[in-house]
Amino acid sequence: MQQDFLTILMFMLFGAAFVVLNMVAIGRLLRSKTKYTAQKSATYECGEPTFGGAFIRFDIRFYVICLVFVIFDVEVLFLFPWAVVLKPLGWLAFIEAFVFVAVLAVGLAYVWRKGDVDWIPLHGHQAPGARLSEMDAVAAPSSAVTAPSSNPAPVTAAADG
Amino acid sequence: MADITTSHYIVLSALIFAVGLFGVVTRKNTVIILMSLELMLNGTNLAFVAFSRHWGNLQGQVFTFFVIAVAAAEAAVALAIIIALNRVRKGVTLDEATELKG
Amino acid sequence: MEGLGIQLAFYSFAAVTIGSALLATMAKKIVNSAFALMATFFGVAGIYGVLGSDFMAVTQIVVYVGGILILLCFGMLLTDRVPDEFRVRSPRRYVGASIAATLTFVGLAWAISGTAWARLPHITDGSAEALPTTALIGNALLTDYLLPFEFASIVLLVVLVGAARVARGGTR
Repeated sequence: MQQDFLTILMFMLFGAAFVVLNMVAIGRLLRSKTKYTAQKSATYECGEPTFGGAFIRFDIRFYVICLVFVIFDVEVLFLFPWAVVLKPLGWLAFIEAFVFVAVLAVGLAYVWRKGDVDWIPLHGHQAPGARLSEMDAVAAPSSAVTAPSSNPAPVTAAADG
Repeated sequence: MADITTSHYIVLSALIFAVGLFGVVTRKNTVIILMSLELMLNGTNLAFVAFSRHWGNLQGQVFTFFVIAVAAAEAAVALAIIIALNRVRKGVTLDEATELKG
Repeated sequence: MEGLGIQLAFYSFAAVTIGSALLATMAKKIVNSAFALMATFFGVAGIYGVLGSDFMAVTQIVVYVGGILILLCFGMLLTDRVPDEFRVRSPRRYVGASIAATLTFVGLAWAISGTAWARLPHITDGSAEALPTTALIGNALLTDYLLPFEFASIVLLVVLVGAARVARGGTR
């Protein structure tokens, strides 16, 4: 079996060598020679002029999403050996894993209920209430039509700044 | 070169553990302390797997498996606490986290 | 020939692991620490592969590199930077930590070298062809270790709920 790992290792080394050779050696040979300017060494950010440093505080919602990812990453890892032996062990093993997944589904339901997995692209920080109202507007545009006339639709659309 | 025996693996695991300990004691940033803690856990995991191979049974590997799962959980909780701490105090040096009341 | 390959693999993975572990604990920038830690985790996974424990090698990569390291990077991005440069630490603490770590290692190495490994019960041929372990571990998890298996899901549930709440600020 160690031979199989050797194969994997060869693949990884080849991949690393491929990237490094292309980036460092072959690219240097092929690219045209240009003068080095300050503009050239600036950070490329989709063509936009950059502002601020790279070390800004990110939104806390990223962390909760990442947390959900890691928890279910570990869950999948528990299910790999289960999947291998499912056939010989039969229904009992299926029920055991079902309990396992059901318990974790409670956690998913919790973060879902708390709105951690809702991802509405916002232009800035907003209060949870404002987030909810915007979500309603996105989910059911017809509600804007049936809204009371004292609160016309253009105002609702402009309120999310 | 001598043949690779179990003691080679155990010495390596002790070495990783010692490096992790060094990081835990010297660093100030809580995130790096957490990284060093993961290093120490890796050292002990390696010892478990090495003994599992030494005795030719699975107990060490199953135990390592649970240790890895719990390590993921521990990292998740610790980072949540660090982020909550960062909200109260600017910067996350462990020296400032001397009170239990946020 | 087989033995030589194993030796080569062990020593190269050990060198990668220890070197990058030292780099991770001493790097000046926290980003460099994270990258060095990735190399350490890959090195330990390689050692697991040398040990013939295939499932543990994959677990190491999936959870540590794919999960915990990502989590640590997020923790890094979500917190303010602190001026924690290794070289400006007080030298007394640095020397003390070096002594403590060295003593720990020497003590452990002394205990390891004092053990008569050959007299302990062990499988005779260490470098024998190892079997795939995933099915064996799956069997053990679902029969002998069923209770820890189910409890692991409860632990993960509690961690998910608790950590999400703490990270959000503990009010909602």
